[in-house]
Amino acid sequence: MPKRHPLDVVIVGAGVVGAACAYYAARAGLRAAVVDRGPVAGGTTGAGEGNLLVSDKEAGPELDLALLSAGLWRDLAADLPEEIEYEPKGGLVIAPDETALKALRAFAEGQRAVGVEAVEAGPAELRELEPHLAPGRAGGFLYPQDAQVQPAQAAARLLAASGAELHLGEEVTAVLTAGGAVRGVRTTRRELAAPAVVNAAGTWGGRIAELAGTALPVLPRRGFVLVTEPLPRVVRHKVYAADYIADVASGSAALQSSAVVEGTPAGPVLIGATRERVGFDRSLSTEALRRLAGQAAALFPVLADARVLRAYHGFRPYLPDHLPAIGPDPRVPGLLHACGHEGAGIGLAPATGVLVAAALTGAEPPLPLHPFRPDRFPDPAAQPKETGR
Amino acid sequence: MPTSPSDLPGPGAQDAADHPEEGLADLAVVGAGPAGLAAAVTAAGFGLRVTLIDAGERPGGQFYRHPAPQLGAERPEALHHGWAAFAARERALRAHTASGRVTYLPGHHVWTVVPQDAAQDAPQDAAPAGDAAGRAPAAWVLHAVAGPEEHAVAVRARAVLLATGSYERQLPFPGWTLPGVVGAGGAQAMLKGGLVLPGRRVVVAGSGPLLLAVAGSLASAGARVPAVVEAAAYTGYAPALPALLRNPAKLAEGAVYGGALLRHGVRLLTRHAVTEAHGTDRVEAVTVARLDADWRPLPGTARRIPCDAVAVGHGLVPQLELATGLGCATRRAADGTAALDLDALQRTSVPGIWSAGETGGIAGAQPALVEGEIAAHAVAGRPVPAALVRRRARLRAFADAMGRAHRPGEGWTGWLRDDTDVCRCEEVPAGRIREAVADLGAGDARTAKLLTRAGMGWCQGRMCGPAVAALAGEEQAPDRRPLSCPVPMRLLAGLPPADG
Ligand SMILES: Cc1cc2nc3c(=O)[nH]c(=O)nc-3n(C[C@H](O)[C@H](O)[C@H](O)COP(=O)(O)OP(=O)(O)OC[C@H]3O[C@@H](n4cnc5c(N)ncnc54)[C@H](O)[C@@H]3O)c2cc1C
Ligand SMILES: Cc1cc2nc3c(=O)[nH]c(=O)nc-3n(C[C@H](O)[C@H](O)[C@H](O)COP(=O)(O)OP(=O)(O)OC[C@H]3O[C@@H](n4cnc5c(N)ncnc54)[C@H](O)[C@@H]3O)c2cc1C
Repeated sequence: MPKRHPLDVVIVGAGVVGAACAYYAARAGLRAAVVDRGPVAGGTTGAGEGNLLVSDKEAGPELDLALLSAGLWRDLAADLPEEIEYEPKGGLVIAPDETALKALRAFAEGQRAVGVEAVEAGPAELRELEPHLAPGRAGGFLYPQDAQVQPAQAAARLLAASGAELHLGEEVTAVLTAGGAVRGVRTTRRELAAPAVVNAAGTWGGRIAELAGTALPVLPRRGFVLVTEPLPRVVRHKVYAADYIADVASGSAALQSSAVVEGTPAGPVLIGATRERVGFDRSLSTEALRRLAGQAAALFPVLADARVLRAYHGFRPYLPDHLPAIGPDPRVPGLLHACGHEGAGIGLAPATGVLVAAALTGAEPPLPLHPFRPDRFPDPAAQPKETGR
Repeated sequence: MPTSPSDLPGPGAQDAADHPEEGLADLAVVGAGPAGLAAAVTAAGFGLRVTLIDAGERPGGQFYRHPAPQLGAERPEALHHGWAAFAARERALRAHTASGRVTYLPGHHVWTVVPQDAAQDAPQDAAPAGDAAGRAPAAWVLHAVAGPEEHAVAVRARAVLLATGSYERQLPFPGWTLPGVVGAGGAQAMLKGGLVLPGRRVVVAGSGPLLLAVAGSLASAGARVPAVVEAAAYTGYAPALPALLRNPAKLAEGAVYGGALLRHGVRLLTRHAVTEAHGTDRVEAVTVARLDADWRPLPGTARRIPCDAVAVGHGLVPQLELATGLGCATRRAADGTAALDLDALQRTSVPGIWSAGETGGIAGAQPALVEGEIAAHAVAGRPVPAALVRRRARLRAFADAMGRAHRPGEGWTGWLRDDTDVCRCEEVPAGRIREAVADLGAGDARTAKLLTRAGMGWCQGRMCGPAVAALAGEEQAPDRRPLSCPVPMRLLAGLPPADG
């Protein structure tokens, strides 16, 4: 057993967010340990699709985070092994009719004002950008900053590059405190002492907050993804219909969907994802499959005859106002949160890591943390409770 | 609410309207192998309305596989033990189909089974299926892809029996992707179904009693079998001798195989494995090495055996995805595979879902027949004859003893080189999986798959699943594939919509 140096921080969760926190903490000169009850990327990260989108976010704090991340991902692509499959392929948002196009124009206008590149494409240009797209669409917008990574690889390579001490297959069972301040964690195998603990437990972040004696109302939001057989290059960008944007901002518990369709380097086309709040229900929803398939075939009629090889699902970590919790928790000194990124955690991971590292070292954060403060929610006793894995 | 097949929108609608399977069956049986076939005809005999659905074109499943009639085989039974048991049930199936008691749907692959309310109302909130009080839903919907045109068929039934059998366990070795290397079960299937030999000089290798059967069939059909290479030691059965002695049929079967092998001069090498296949365009020879008790190849024991084909298999794995999709509980069987956890009445942990045959653990065709009959009694609410229960206990005890003996030892990964492709679909070599485990934190097969793509291809890990799990240091988890076969997008898009 090698002699262990004292730790500066323990990060709970080896998903992409915990990995990014470890990476930027290490870059800031901190000694970090990462603990996960499962393997690397065994949580929602392993079920995510790897879209790094600015296109679906309206001007506001989440878009600021996404823009910061977009730049960081470009840098990471240069620093990390190519296995992370970073691909700046661009997103294409389709407006089926004139009404939708008008709404999309106004939406894009707001985004441009804060630095998003958005290029309007008429029907002819759409055909040029995506030759297999169904005809008759009013128009759309191309977002060159949208990109993609392979989420599990990204998490694994960030962690490897961080040099952080890894404790996998160990559940955190207690957050240790002394005089109200955090002093480490207890796992199923050991105690890890550190003056700071980062809660990067994703959908299970509410539990870690509870262990630390506070509360964070993270809830699961299920999503299904369809994967087709390998196909020749049918889809070139990340393509989705404009109504998807409305879904992301929705707080409705009902199933909503608007398929993001994209090709992968290996050939399969990915179609995802639905959004519904059904707790941790793992059963197959044929309704989700029906909607995803219908929307994909409506966008790309050639996909109707493609075979779907598999379907999978995951549980996005979401907070009631659809913004993550990032930064120190004023209620428990030494506790920081980095969770609740819902359907954008892959994309937002680097910016989250940079903000957490800044908070740990006392550096000036590149963005105001205020919108993401973890204590912004009303009294936890009033919150509905969902548990499970 | 449209749920009968004739209401299905999309290309399948017209075809489905011609099918007689509308309405609600008392029992839907998935799989027409020994278990499903026996269950279907027994249940029909009790007056139940049964729909029997099978991906294959002819009844019989893996064991009673037989040539298409147009091949004009004179005596398909020549390749089968217990052909009479099958023939009687096939006759019964024909009679029940004619009388309309059984609706038999060959060439239909069921891709999922869902409770009917889930098919209607989304979102729904039940995992596992069945309600909180443990009651079965009123009906189940089985979605299938049918025929070469791949149209949609939905079958509704009050109860479901999953008799989906097994598939062959493959443990890779260098050279296993060469033409001429075939699955042992596959070779047997080719022989039974099309009367084709995989080669003229065929080494039979791997582990399990199937190898003897395969070698016997190959030899009888005219192939030279230079050796049967068995990784386990049959002495492993010795502790199970009592079980063996209570199984006269098994003994007879063994004697038949053994006799055939002796007659054809086949050598049986126990505690040996094919650790490499050689050749450029096709296999030309294999390296065979001695193994220790953990299946680790012993240095200095390698030798070459020339051949033009290798029939290899390491036992069978229960095919569980429909069951796991429903949330049915599993258990670890003696042979290391995951099998369904069933009670004395062949019930799964999900009310309304029964299972029989190899889904409940690899055991062979005879217990499959027995369990199919027991399940049919249970579904029909009839008392189960004690003789059936006794036979099942005896046959299962024997199967467990056999399973323990042939359970792969941990050392087998020792014959994998880093450049040996483990996942053939995605061409992922063992070295990449080892790297993911050692350097990238993949502590389980799922993460190894996410980090390497092993198991993401066409076969969805049926071929490489056991190997990837072993390299990740795990026992193979129960299969989880929400879609049990590829489904055309248009079929999914054409599913009946939820209300609203
Ligand atoms: C279907 C689907 C598609 C998606 N597509 C995209 C997309 O295209 N782009 C995008 O940006 N995002 C996408 N997302 C969202 C994204 O996957 C998540 O936001 C992101 O993975 C969250 O990462 P995380 O690290 O916070 O959580 P996780 O990856 O879930 O990591 C949390 C970790 O904490 C561990 N943990 C929990 N409790 C404990 C404990 N007590 N002790 C130890 N360890 C613990 C868990 O084991 C887990 O590994 C998608 C999500 C889904 C479900
Ligand atoms: C490749 C192979 C070769 C074998 N050869 C021999 C041999 O030579 N001698 C011997 O003693 N034993 C052999 N066995 C073992 C023997 O087949 C089993 O012991 C016996 O068949 C088990 O009966 P069963 O009814 O449980 O399953 P099976 O006979 O396997 O029947 C399962 C049936 O279910 C169908 N099915 C599965 N999933 C679906 C689905 N989703 N939708 C619709 N239909 C589905 C299959 O097409 C199949 O017809 C072999 C097994 C395999 C896999």
